[in-house]
Amino acid sequence: MQAKGTPDMLQDKDRIFTNLYGFQDFGLKGAQSRGNWDGTKALIEKGRDWIIDEMKASGMRGRGGAGFPTGLKWSFMPKESDGRPSYLVVNADEGEPGTCKDREIMRNDPHTLIEGCLLASFAMNAHAAYIYIRGEFYHEASNLQIAIDQAYEAGLVGKNACGSGWDFDIYLHLGAGAYICGEETALIESLEGKKGQPRLKPPFPANAGLYGCPTTVNNVESIAAVPTILRRGGSWFSSFGRENNHGTKLFAISGHVEKPCTVEEAMSIPLKELIEKHCGGVRGGWDNLLAVIPGGSSVPLMPKDVCDDVLMDFDALREVGSGLGTAAVIVMDKSTDIVYAIARLSEFYKHESCGQCTPCREGTGWMMRMMTRMVRGEATLDEIDLLWDVTKQVEGHTICALGDAAAWPIQGLIRHFRPEMERRIKEYRARIAA
Amino acid sequence: MSHLRRPAPQELQPTSFAFTPENLEKANKIIAKYPEGRQQSAVMPLLDLAQRQTEGNWVPTVAMDYIADMLEMPAIRVYEVATFYTMYNLAPVGKNFIQVCTTTPCWLRGSADVVDTCKKELGIGVGETTEDGQFTMIEVECLGACVNAPMMQINDDYYEDLTAESTKAILDALKKGEKPKAGPQSGRKGCEPIDGPKVLKAFCGCGAAPQDADASKGDA
Amino acid sequence: MPKLTVDGIEVEVEAGATVLQACEEAGKEIPRFCYHERLSIAGNCRMCLVEMERAPKPVASCAMPAADGMVIKTDSDLVKKARNGVMEFLLINHPLDCPICDQGGECDLQDQAMAYGFDSSRYAEKKRAVKDKELGPIVKTIMTRCIHCTRCVRFSEEVAGVGTMGAVYRGEDTEVGPYIEASINSELSGNLVDLCPVGALTSKPYAFTARPWELKKTDSVDVMDAVGSNIRIDARTGEVLRVLPRTHEDINEEWISDKTRYAIDGLKRQRLDRPYVRKDGKLQPASWDEAFAAIKAKVSGLDGKKIAALAGDTVDCEAMTALKDLMGKLGSANIDCRQDGSKIGGPRASYIFNSTIAGIDDADACLIVGANVRAEAPIINSRLRKRWRATAGDFKVGIIGEKWDPTYKNDYLGAGPDTLQEILDGKNDFAKVLKAAEKPMIIVGMGALAREDGDAVLAATRAIAEKYGMVAGEWNGFNVLHTAASRVGGLDLGFVPGEGGLATNDILDGAAKGDIEVVYLLGADEVDMSKLEKAFVIYQGAMGDAGAQAADVILPGAAYTEKNGTYVNTEGRAQQGWRAIFPLGDAREDWAIVRALSGALDQTLPYNNIDAVRERMVELSPTFASLNVPTKAEWTDFGKAGDMMPEGFASPVRNFYMTDPISRASVTMAKCTEAFVKDAAAEKVA
Repeated sequence: MQAKGTPDMLQDKDRIFTNLYGFQDFGLKGAQSRGNWDGTKALIEKGRDWIIDEMKASGMRGRGGAGFPTGLKWSFMPKESDGRPSYLVVNADEGEPGTCKDREIMRNDPHTLIEGCLLASFAMNAHAAYIYIRGEFYHEASNLQIAIDQAYEAGLVGKNACGSGWDFDIYLHLGAGAYICGEETALIESLEGKKGQPRLKPPFPANAGLYGCPTTVNNVESIAAVPTILRRGGSWFSSFGRENNHGTKLFAISGHVEKPCTVEEAMSIPLKELIEKHCGGVRGGWDNLLAVIPGGSSVPLMPKDVCDDVLMDFDALREVGSGLGTAAVIVMDKSTDIVYAIARLSEFYKHESCGQCTPCREGTGWMMRMMTRMVRGEATLDEIDLLWDVTKQVEGHTICALGDAAAWPIQGLIRHFRPEMERRIKEYRARIAA
Repeated sequence: MSHLRRPAPQELQPTSFAFTPENLEKANKIIAKYPEGRQQSAVMPLLDLAQRQTEGNWVPTVAMDYIADMLEMPAIRVYEVATFYTMYNLAPVGKNFIQVCTTTPCWLRGSADVVDTCKKELGIGVGETTEDGQFTMIEVECLGACVNAPMMQINDDYYEDLTAESTKAILDALKKGEKPKAGPQSGRKGCEPIDGPKVLKAFCGCGAAPQDADASKGDA
Repeated sequence: MPKLTVDGIEVEVEAGATVLQACEEAGKEIPRFCYHERLSIAGNCRMCLVEMERAPKPVASCAMPAADGMVIKTDSDLVKKARNGVMEFLLINHPLDCPICDQGGECDLQDQAMAYGFDSSRYAEKKRAVKDKELGPIVKTIMTRCIHCTRCVRFSEEVAGVGTMGAVYRGEDTEVGPYIEASINSELSGNLVDLCPVGALTSKPYAFTARPWELKKTDSVDVMDAVGSNIRIDARTGEVLRVLPRTHEDINEEWISDKTRYAIDGLKRQRLDRPYVRKDGKLQPASWDEAFAAIKAKVSGLDGKKIAALAGDTVDCEAMTALKDLMGKLGSANIDCRQDGSKIGGPRASYIFNSTIAGIDDADACLIVGANVRAEAPIINSRLRKRWRATAGDFKVGIIGEKWDPTYKNDYLGAGPDTLQEILDGKNDFAKVLKAAEKPMIIVGMGALAREDGDAVLAATRAIAEKYGMVAGEWNGFNVLHTAASRVGGLDLGFVPGEGGLATNDILDGAAKGDIEVVYLLGADEVDMSKLEKAFVIYQGAMGDAGAQAADVILPGAAYTEKNGTYVNTEGRAQQGWRAIFPLGDAREDWAIVRALSGALDQTLPYNNIDAVRERMVELSPTFASLNVPTKAEWTDFGKAGDMMPEGFASPVRNFYMTDPISRASVTMAKCTEAFVKDAAAEKVA
């Protein structure tokens, strides 16, 4: 299953985020020395269709978790305005447990994002972009604002951005502590000054988004990769990763590895290679691996045997019943209380449910309470089936995907670790019987 | 649910609120970011501004009313926003507001030790404030620094790669009125592997000196 | 017009319709909690999920636009399972307190749990408890029962226009209500009780009073203002227990005001339940015969010119017809239904709400003159608000008169006639708005017309209507807003001075001077009783208010809940209400009292039953020939141009909650007054 164009390790020349670790100046000078803002005007002059076509050719799938093709998404925006302005909104509300990649772009390489905003906005006929960044990222927002100010001062954005003739404004908007605002319509609501409660779809944002205007919401990493993709060509980007899973990608590996880190790699890299090459391996060696959550807390966990040879891309992970999500790899070794690890996620989802729709509002609390008992084994064996039932009653019945996200980790646990859950219950019952 | 997520009792609620001239100017700049007639968009940054202005780092009800007036929106819509987002404290907190992430990635790396150390060193439980008003500690959900787990946020700063020892050292410094250096406490710079970058070596250490984020320059 | 298939049945629906509406079209009932036809779509309860071909998940039918070729299933296993799941979630934190819940028997959750609920609970965790909210005298809360459908939040924001209700906090801790304690300061708050699908918001005055199946339900018409809201009166064993709205799209949609709903407890206090005759300066209980005899003794042989009659604000048309005819027989032309002393009358177009209430939905600008619409007719005010919302704020409203908060954006133009003149002269900015409007309207209140210069003000408003094209083709935007339920009926019947007859103020002055010796007050309590000290006063009515105190003879009449009666609302629409309970004690239906008295006075009126009275009404006015139709009035000349006084217009309603003898006697209205009316004592209606 060797992926096309994937040498042993992605080479630095093919990395988009070269200041990922922040050793260099994040500001304009540093950015320009790394090749940002190089020939932006010429890229704009190639026109809207060219940009969208290149993005389509790149095979980029959204880096926020859902994996929707970015170029295709852009093409849904109206070509001509009906009088309403169009908006680009950047989803920088990074908060999916395990995920900490956009943070690095914003604090260390913010100009990639700003330049990307200009190009993407131009392609979508938008004169304004809002970057919605989670409020806790105070310093990230601060760096990003400094970079935006620099870009304005240098004429790279603002009136006649980069001398292209295109007027473009870019604004930063801080969240205030709500994971749900990572859902694109909740984010829009929040940006409009309301509670972050997801909207009913249809209408989709491309028809009626921010202020009722055509809007595209993209993840930070998706947008920040745009300038490099356009400079080097869609075919360059698509030369990495397997068919339908192209490009380079930021992976954040946390948990029980020797050296947790965030790293840009080629898509479709084997999970084991990712962990062993970049993170010094699983704590205590590969055989000490219990399970991995490969794409942020919302995707089901994979037991070790699946991890042995799975590739890190959308399709491969879906085939094994999990997902690439945000490519946030949470590694758990054999010392892990796996039931608690998932129960803690249930607590997370209960805490972050917006409370709008019934199955999620009521279901997340129910699931959390049952999971809390499961940790101690304080349950009956058929309650595992009940728990499964409850996850199924939540899944697919909610307004947004948070319900699914709350259900899947538990389903993954039951699917792969039912014997462990049963063991705890039996032990608990034996204890109280004694 | 933490008491910070319920309105402070009447006796703690001030009877009036107004932005300082400085903050008023900031507020007007914030409002100008949004299209005309869409000033409601500014409600979140303005609540944040009000919280920063208020002694005890919280949002009194009068401040919400003030913002509602300013943005020409019903007060209840401001209340909804202020109670929905967890970063708005609805009651006063200590001077050092400690938020320990205990979500799974941090827990896997020992966040329980961080919480225990805070409890022990500060003599308070989760959600409590020390008697001298210096520290409030709460547990929070994922703060998005998982490869630097475990971590905690104190006011605007992230303290990462924590251990029981480094947590204690930070608290000790704060008790002495010092400001401990934010960021990873393990010696690494950011999200690179602990023993140094394995990739991008040419970009690490050969460029200009890294510029630290300076809050005062940003408009965030 | 999209065509779609619902459970194999092909239906065609209006463009813009939802899948839920399409399902209803196909005769399929879709369960729902959050969805309400008159509120924005929330889609949050998830009870209305249906299966849609090619959709990976069940869809919320309330929020899904119907599209051509959709294939919908409402009764598949998938749908049933989804709804069972939602129902289970709704019930896990809902208390099992149905036996002590006032919603019991008319609870959507209870009803739907029968169809979709499990027979036992699988929920073994602790249930949620939520602190109750204090929302004021009308709405009682038991918030643990709340299912977060947010109907109340949407109603208060969208219809009532008061931002009291919200959904604060989040997730399973979400609490519906205000963040800080606040009463719902809206004249429409009782509707929250109707809207709440569970027992979270119930009626405070009605708490623990009855179960719905014990009630006898009677259709009627409200008399607390001139809107003619359609109501249902629920009674048990001769006692009216509650009033609910009946849907009438063209009048009150499905809302009623709090006074309409809750003033009824006034009917249990200060009632006139038997005749009285004043003897030795004191009112003494008497028989009907004694009462009639006392009247006969005074009236017999008296010149008709010395007799006068005034009809009050809540009187039915049958009673006015009978009294008008009796006065005619007694030779008196001194009759008036305008207690406020206004001179309105004349051509019908000059005294009705010509555009109709539903016509507001078409208007694009509105000038309000001398009317506090929110206090005088909250239902009409909510219609104006609805229009303002529907046009996204393009519906421009200008106000001349007192300052009041209409709950929607408006231009306050000025206090009185000067401003009116400016508009007429085109010297006010709002004149441009009116000029640009395609369907402008004017609402003229009694605050502008019930003054000495009323004729001149009427002429000025008519001139404005002419000048700004308010009357053109089918559109007539000249609207008079009445405050009295009886007024338009009285004017249509001609309960106004006949040839050489005296009007209200002259009657009162005449009585003070001794020229008028007998004054017959038919439910009239709002006039200056001190002027009647010399006169022999007959008071006929249900309530022991000002009129009864001034009376020499009291004839106990039936309250509006106790009789069949016809009322003509401000639009000129005749409507009939039905008797919900029998009159109290010896009280009788009003027309029948007059009819009986006519016999006692040897002036027997020619009708023996209510149908005959109604035939007579049709003779008097074509209004009564067809019920429930606002007949168009011919646009002719009216008013008398002249000097207007400099004083600003003042609304006759100083306190919405107390405007007539019934609401003044109501404990609930007193509580509302205390809670919501500033300086309540001082503002009591004089």
